[in-house]
Amino acid sequence: MKSDHHVILRVIGKCFIPLIVIYGFYVQFHGEVGPGGAFQAGVVLAVAIILHSLTFGLATTMRAVPPVFARTLAAVGVLIYVGVGFWSMMQGGLFLEYQALFGEPPGGHDGQHAGIIIVELGVLFAVTGAMITIFYALAGRVAEIRDEDW
Amino acid sequence: MTLESVLTSAPAWALAHAPILIVAVPMLIAPLVAILPNGRAAWLISVLTAAVSFYLAIVTLGLVQSSPTGVLSYEIGRWPPPIGIEFRTDALNAMILLLVTGIGFLASVFSWPTIASELKNRNKLGMFYAAFLLCMAGLLGVASTGDAFNLFVFLEISSLATYVMVAMGAQRDRRALPAAFNYLIMGTLGASFYIIGIGFLYAATGTLNMADIADRLPALTTSRSVQVGFAFIIVGLGLKAAMWPLHQWLPNAYSYSPSFVTVFLSATATKVALYALVRFLFTVFRPEYSFELASFSWILAPLGIAAMVICSFQAVFQTDVRRVLAYSSVAQVGYMLLGVSLATAPGVAAGLLHLFNHALMKGALFMAIAGIVMTHQGTTIRDFAGLGRTAPWTMTAFAIAGLSLIGVPLTAGFISKLQLGYALFAEGWWWAVLLVVFSSFLAVFYVGRILQAAFFQPPINPRKTHKEAPLLILVPLWILALANLYFGIAADFPLGLARDGAVAALGLEAFR
Repeated sequence: MKSDHHVILRVIGKCFIPLIVIYGFYVQFHGEVGPGGAFQAGVVLAVAIILHSLTFGLATTMRAVPPVFARTLAAVGVLIYVGVGFWSMMQGGLFLEYQALFGEPPGGHDGQHAGIIIVELGVLFAVTGAMITIFYALAGRVAEIRDEDW
Repeated sequence: MTLESVLTSAPAWALAHAPILIVAVPMLIAPLVAILPNGRAAWLISVLTAAVSFYLAIVTLGLVQSSPTGVLSYEIGRWPPPIGIEFRTDALNAMILLLVTGIGFLASVFSWPTIASELKNRNKLGMFYAAFLLCMAGLLGVASTGDAFNLFVFLEISSLATYVMVAMGAQRDRRALPAAFNYLIMGTLGASFYIIGIGFLYAATGTLNMADIADRLPALTTSRSVQVGFAFIIVGLGLKAAMWPLHQWLPNAYSYSPSFVTVFLSATATKVALYALVRFLFTVFRPEYSFELASFSWILAPLGIAAMVICSFQAVFQTDVRRVLAYSSVAQVGYMLLGVSLATAPGVAAGLLHLFNHALMKGALFMAIAGIVMTHQGTTIRDFAGLGRTAPWTMTAFAIAGLSLIGVPLTAGFISKLQLGYALFAEGWWWAVLLVVFSSFLAVFYVGRILQAAFFQPPINPRKTHKEAPLLILVPLWILALANLYFGIAADFPLGLARDGAVAALGLEAFR
């Protein structure tokens, strides 16, 4: 790879990807006390993957993060979100009633705390997975009619 | 009464959580189905899920009818209503829920043979059924929520899933792609208009809960932002409901999507949008407001009449059977709008009854066409020549539903047109009755053309002697066709649903 004229791009990209990921997780966990949250965090995480594919090529990224994985991640995210709703119903509460998650007395806030974090995790998975899937679908599209055939 | 026996046998969890479970169960199962590798398993699970939703809709109907106030309120996350999101189910919601889940169940049973033959890409079947379940969850959510913004979210869930399903038709006919794109643009416009309208209402009232908006509006009827919000909401939901002339997305989307999708959409999607329109016209806004009265007599009634006359004409001149029925769908939306625009309880009840019956007719008609597409691979009227002899069971069911579409006595279509006629006469709109009869004559032409080809012309290919649709198609098809006959003779059940729904929408005492 000595003659690689993308070398600066790739090195800088490699430096940035972990930072972007860390920033994504910061937005995710800071969402509880400040602006931000799982949707933005999911987009930021997906951006890290997209930057990887822009600098290293789509094929490399698809090996690192397979499309099936991205799709499954999105599905699991939705599953977590709705699953929390069902969990609270099984504990005798209403749909998505975090207070009921651990069946604690009215004073306790563990359920509220855990509930919002788990739900946000579900949103993070769903958004990240969906963003990567959309990017793969757009980037991986093969023109069905070649330009010369027009 | 059988509803009571359903209620007494229902488990406690169903009684306590039925309003939310109707939406939450398909939404929980959808991601599971999406990651299933096996298409047949995905189908079986979808059928089961739709059946559970149907059962829960019956339970909900029973709960609504036995509740003293006639309203079930479910607080999501136990946040009390004006602030939290509330699922509010009254007789009108219960009717729409029953319709969507019932059609969803029958359509999902019937889907397997047609989907298996029309979608060649087998490993996408799980995703397809996930889209179906999400679409159903979205439609059911629209029909249950009491929160105006939440309604938008569910509308988008169902619409996005719909675009995907329409585009899947590309594996059979490439024209599905522009049809889906067109639908996407128009549908998104409709949703944005709706959300702009909600924004105006929120600016004026400071709340998003529908009942709360309704409480605060009487003091604000002269507010310009309320009136602008009203206009945006009517246009947005009108686009989704294929109100003439905002129906341009519909014929292509219905003709080129996979047969199963056409069945499901034609019987549910525009119906749910129409429900939302009724909800906003009568529950959130009140027909007493002067700007709303003006819109009834200057917009909704003329557009409804234009739809039923012009689109019936257009249907007569189509060569593709599915386009005939698609244009006829727009015309039928016209009947419903005409009933709704009377703003009287019998008028709204007639509109709702036609909504119910039209779902039965179009569901049966498009199912029959799906069977024909599978066995004979053609949807032009010429392809239908002689099918009455080669596929008698399929085409007889088609004929029954077709007669119901015309409004022949002893079919469901006759009852709803009769009710519409009564409601119009009560208001002295005898000229509108004449137009309804006239457009029914046009229906005789466009349905008659297909029936004439099917039953009185020799088959194009005489060697294909006997080729019937598979049993999985025939059984749901005949259930719907017989429902058309049954509800045409013993109309008490849908009539009661529609009247209760109209009363709930208008907030009146029962007039049964």
